[in-house]
Amino acid sequence: MIKAKPKPLEEILENVKDFRKLLIAGCDGCVTVCEAGGLKEAKVLASSLRLYFTQAGQSAQVDETTLTRQCEKEYLAQLSDNIDQYDAVVSLACGCGVQYLAEMYNQKIVFPGVDTCFMGVNEERGLYSERCQACGRCILAETGGICPIARCSKRMLNGPCGGSEGGKCEVNKDIPCGWELIYERLKTLGQLDRFEKPIDPKDWTTSRDGGPRKIVREDLRI
Amino acid sequence: MRLQYPPTVRIIEVPCTGKVDIIHLLLAFEQGADGVMVVGCMEGDCHYMRGNLFAKKRVQRVKDILDQVGLGGERVAMYNLSSGMGGRFAEIVREMTSKIMELGPSPIRIATGTVARAAGEEAA
Repeated sequence: MIKAKPKPLEEILENVKDFRKLLIAGCDGCVTVCEAGGLKEAKVLASSLRLYFTQAGQSAQVDETTLTRQCEKEYLAQLSDNIDQYDAVVSLACGCGVQYLAEMYNQKIVFPGVDTCFMGVNEERGLYSERCQACGRCILAETGGICPIARCSKRMLNGPCGGSEGGKCEVNKDIPCGWELIYERLKTLGQLDRFEKPIDPKDWTTSRDGGPRKIVREDLRI
Repeated sequence: MRLQYPPTVRIIEVPCTGKVDIIHLLLAFEQGADGVMVVGCMEGDCHYMRGNLFAKKRVQRVKDILDQVGLGGERVAMYNLSSGMGGRFAEIVREMTSKIMELGPSPIRIATGTVARAAGEEAA
């Protein structure tokens, strides 16, 4: 899932301090799971902003809501009845949700309330780590189910490099070497012979190198 | 024990301080509390294992928020004591009350004009 972290309150305050009618729009999707932008976080942010405006002697209306997903028009449409009464919206969705909301209500000022970080997993509550960089062509079948694009700091296709020491990456000793992980996994699977077949250079046009991407599924389109 | 403590607190009972969420503490301030103290069990003695440790982190988060929105993080505090420590409870109510009296009424009450009431109202 997409992982995000809340933006510092200071930054949000700086963005919204001149507005008097604000809607805090949470998202029930990925950002709820990583506790950055769900209903709870929307309520906390709205309450914090109300406290800020009230103590400053300014009257302001700060409401909160959440949508099932902000990356779908059908759910964003639920805001259409009352979004006009607000001067600005703080969206706690990931970057996709913030943009889609701004796109759908293009007269409305929309601020992001979270920093969208990566696609990853929940190792435990409050600890999330990256697993996928959406390169557009999955090679996990060749690397023992461990992605060298996401897990190797250099995105090497034929590692490890000379910076791997004691199973750790030279970039940071807290980062396990992706290729060490791949080696150990292939050893467990009895597939070490895969190391004898170099992986061909990758076609990066399916990644960001090809510009903003799009999936067109004619079998699904109506 | 018939211990005396200031009549400044409104006690809100919860099954465990782990039930107390950030929003509950913030809403108390929105509704005009001058201070809030969360009183949980001793660390390591939580019946639900980690409830009071969750509360401790949430109280810290609320302190940070209050600092940033201009109320001051010192208006919220967490205390740990057991059910056998009635004397200590009375003591911390006195302690918290005098701290809040020193700080004065919450800026929220000053801004909303409800400051006529005696300062030092807390909810536990």
